[in-house]
Amino acid sequence: MNTRYYFDHNATTPVRPEVAEAMIPYLTELYGNPSSAHSFGREARLALEKSREKVASLIGADPDEVFFTGCGTESDNMALAGFMRSAADGRRKIITSKVEHSAILKTAKMLGQKGYDIVLLDVDGTCRVDLDMLRDNVDDSTALVSIMHGNNETGVIQDIAEAARIAHDAGAVFHTDAVQSAGKAWIDVAGLGIDMLSMSGHKLNAPKGIGVLYLRRGVTITPLMYGGSHERGMRPGTENIPSIVAIGKAVELAASEMDGKMAKLSGLRDRLEVAIEDSVPDTVFNGRGATRLAGTSNMSFPGVDGEALMFSLDRAGIAVSTGSACTTGEVQPSHVLVAMGVEPKTAQSSLRFSMGWGTTSEGVDHIIETLPPIVERLRSIAGGL
Amino acid sequence: MYTPKVMEHFEHPRNVGTLEHPDGIGKQGNPVCGDVMELAIKVKDGMIEDVKFKTFGCCAAIATSSMVTELVMGKSLEEAEAISKQTVADALDGLPPAKMHCSNLAADALHDAIEDYRKKHAE
Repeated sequence: MNTRYYFDHNATTPVRPEVAEAMIPYLTELYGNPSSAHSFGREARLALEKSREKVASLIGADPDEVFFTGCGTESDNMALAGFMRSAADGRRKIITSKVEHSAILKTAKMLGQKGYDIVLLDVDGTCRVDLDMLRDNVDDSTALVSIMHGNNETGVIQDIAEAARIAHDAGAVFHTDAVQSAGKAWIDVAGLGIDMLSMSGHKLNAPKGIGVLYLRRGVTITPLMYGGSHERGMRPGTENIPSIVAIGKAVELAASEMDGKMAKLSGLRDRLEVAIEDSVPDTVFNGRGATRLAGTSNMSFPGVDGEALMFSLDRAGIAVSTGSACTTGEVQPSHVLVAMGVEPKTAQSSLRFSMGWGTTSEGVDHIIETLPPIVERLRSIAGGL
Repeated sequence: MYTPKVMEHFEHPRNVGTLEHPDGIGKQGNPVCGDVMELAIKVKDGMIEDVKFKTFGCCAAIATSSMVTELVMGKSLEEAEAISKQTVADALDGLPPAKMHCSNLAADALHDAIEDYRKKHAE
């Protein structure tokens, strides 16, 4: 089998060997239920709490502010719908942005249908949320402001500290969807003024099916599920110990390697962009002017369809995405690019390259070699249409 | 997602390009997904002598365009008019439901080209 190069880390990541190694005993030997009082339960409970400490440490929180959930989407749902169930009377407005993940947008839409006021903030041409629009819209009826830390499609990182300040000035709570950023960029919840935060294991080399919700002490949400008293009642359901152990190990690795990894991936990403800019005429780099997650690059190739590009690269052993993975199957252009003012046809011509643990210089070289002729071939088939 | 036939036509599309003096041109675009196809035909004695296409679109769009040219090359106008989106999809061993609109586009571009020819050569 020919070598394959994976450039879709924003979609999901491999579980690192050390992470798999840490979790496997919890599948086969240390399989107790943490709620059990006997020795099997106690050792599981110990592992659970150790992991909680590690996750808390990554984001500068206290362990009792960290709750494990089933995934990032669930954390987002809890932060929005769960928070609104507990919101004060008179606080009926939720402000979020047009470039959020569908877990936020769909939940906000549902809340809008229930009668809450929903405001969707615009972004500029480099995917930065319009904070003036936030200032204009936030008031004492605002319950919650939710703005993602790093965008999954463009990698652009928002000015979270300022957004949180604006929210707090009006007495609103600030949530950030850090699913894409956690483990890739430093996040200090206290320093940034974050009240609630969502994280996802499978974006940082832990397995799929594990998420985190950070709730600052004093912030109340109503749980979405009913059942046992797990996670102090916040999230009933027997804890996914193997994956919780995994995410603990994964964040430990992420923290210790963060600076080096950021430098390495920025270097590779920038090299890729410069090379493609030189060799493929008319390429547009979406979000390049803004601060971005280190390994993400979103490019548009006018005159070629993104899916056609994606399959051609796939045949050449390179895995990338067009827009976000979870919107594949829909024929709409990326809502993120459209919000940035990219023409729908150009948005349709876009690819996202996202790097992570395991990305090599060799992989980048392979893209640099194979992408230009692919674009040329597809442009000649399109003949200027 | 795609059959081997679709991928084959995607990677090795037949009859890409334009005709110098086309007898009929058909152009179709899908506002939903942004795919655009242009088909040019050369007609002699009621037979499609040559056909070329240009397509901006996904794998299915390119494959269906290529397939439709293969299906009509050397056929009579009547035979070509009988080609439907289902004919094109079947010839490719099927398309995912979400991509059926691409075969629609190919069939429509063909019919558009024939209609254009008929208009220009009204007897």
